[in-house]
Amino acid sequence: MSELGAHAMRGVPWPSNGLTQIPFRIYTDPDQYRLEQERIFKGPTWSFLCLTSEIANSGDYVATTIGETAVIVTRDAEGEINAVVNRCAHRGNLLCLERRGNVKEISCIYHGWTYDLAGKLTGVAFERGVKRQGGMPPEFRKDDHNLQRLRVAEFAGLVFGSFRDDTPDLETYLGPKISGGIRRVLNRPARVLGRSTQVLPNNWKLYAENVKDTYHASILHLFLTTFRINRLSQEGGIVMDDSGAHHFSYSKLDYAQEDADYKQAALRSDSGFQLKDSSIIESVDEYGDGISVQILTVFPSMVLQQIRNTLAVRVIRPRGLEKTELEWIHIGFDDDDEAMTERRLRQGNLVGAAGYISMEDGCIGGLVQRAIRYNDEDSGVVMMGGYDAEPQPFRASEAAIRGFWKEYRALTGA
Amino acid sequence: MDDVAVRLGVHELIAAYVDCIDEDRLEDWPDFFVEQCRYVITSRASHEAGLQHGVVYAASRGMLIDRVTALRQANIFEPHRYRHIVGPIRVERIDTTVARVHSNFIAVRIMHDGEMSLFAAGRYLDSIDLTSQPYRFIERLVVLDSQKIDTLLVIPL
Repeated sequence: MSELGAHAMRGVPWPSNGLTQIPFRIYTDPDQYRLEQERIFKGPTWSFLCLTSEIANSGDYVATTIGETAVIVTRDAEGEINAVVNRCAHRGNLLCLERRGNVKEISCIYHGWTYDLAGKLTGVAFERGVKRQGGMPPEFRKDDHNLQRLRVAEFAGLVFGSFRDDTPDLETYLGPKISGGIRRVLNRPARVLGRSTQVLPNNWKLYAENVKDTYHASILHLFLTTFRINRLSQEGGIVMDDSGAHHFSYSKLDYAQEDADYKQAALRSDSGFQLKDSSIIESVDEYGDGISVQILTVFPSMVLQQIRNTLAVRVIRPRGLEKTELEWIHIGFDDDDEAMTERRLRQGNLVGAAGYISMEDGCIGGLVQRAIRYNDEDSGVVMMGGYDAEPQPFRASEAAIRGFWKEYRALTGA
Repeated sequence: MDDVAVRLGVHELIAAYVDCIDEDRLEDWPDFFVEQCRYVITSRASHEAGLQHGVVYAASRGMLIDRVTALRQANIFEPHRYRHIVGPIRVERIDTTVARVHSNFIAVRIMHDGEMSLFAAGRYLDSIDLTSQPYRFIERLVVLDSQKIDTLLVIPL
């Protein structure tokens, strides 16, 4: 879409200039969805592409997406990381079909055009025609038909891409607080323990909000309270930068006290439900700071999760107005011993599509989506913890959700 | 051990297992496993890449009991049931006390409002203990053909 087209497109009107009323149409309007692709995903933002370890060697590539746009990330012969749009410059055919692999060059199956791993057009089949007939006109320059390149940046083993030259450099974009939150978790080389994708029957923003919503956690997700694992007085808070775009929420846990409490409770007959096998919550304070949960978001579509010893990158992928793919990349570290890996795998039961404290997030967005259709005049309310998008030393708050909308409105010009 | 008798016992175990789930007798489901069992739901892509993570990763019968307690008492989801169809069962190898068995399955999900969809297809890769009657699973690896799971997975496969 041209810049003119994007400007001509009218976004959903907002009921006020504040951050506490979210119009339901924002999740159901097809024009809004197109606007988001241009202004947010192709806008001045950084999107997660892959882990550095997934493209360790020259020729490695990962085919992924930013918003709805297909993107290829490669490591070229010089060891540089590149990102290009996964679309042949000739007729727009999808170039890489496989999710990952190792190649010498990128070639199109349709008419045999070839590109190097940085996206430079290197070959056009029958460029000079066949038997001196046909072929490209003499004015045709291969240099004019390279793949569309994205900016790339690497941080703490994560590779990000941006479509825009005016996006601030990645560390400026993240800011010192969020950068620190990422470095805290990804403090050494990570390795993938597994992947899965949860298909959510709702608009992508309902999940983006859900993961910033510290209010719902102990209400919707009853697992911890049912099994009496949660300690209500856990110290915690919400951390944001000035834009409000990114956030992390955290809570602390006295690991030793929890262990003692749980063993004590197991001895009492009135203790209600007890885990038969408590190894899924047996955790170690691996960062030595007592923080047992840190949920971090990078606007618009990345989540970095530490819940005890289970770590994951979650990627929010819009797939049409009312469908979202949530990709889970479960990670550990190269230097994990067998016991730590087993601990991460067992605690993995807490998260993902079958996660004890996350599965409800898979259906809640769908329930909202069904209820808000054709409610074009109405709005939701996000007033817990006030009106602003500022850091708070408590979690009974919707401040991080307001932060999301602050950035969203700035980018969509609403 | 009589080969035919073993095959009949294996068929009975696998049929009774899906019947237990589909008829919502989930409290009986952990009894299909030995105490020190493994029950892992993974995807073909993860399995072939040698990745250990499972969407569900249980390393004891206690963890299976906890799954059922959580489903009944804690987790919130729209009511639904499965209908499993298990394809031909191949007994690959019988060691003296353990049978290695592969089978294919599909699971249709039926929502409370009657909406039906194909929820999962995949393979069961089983190690079955032949020393108990009825037989029990030592290991049941559920390898889903797709890495995509629609909405959520709460009832076991």
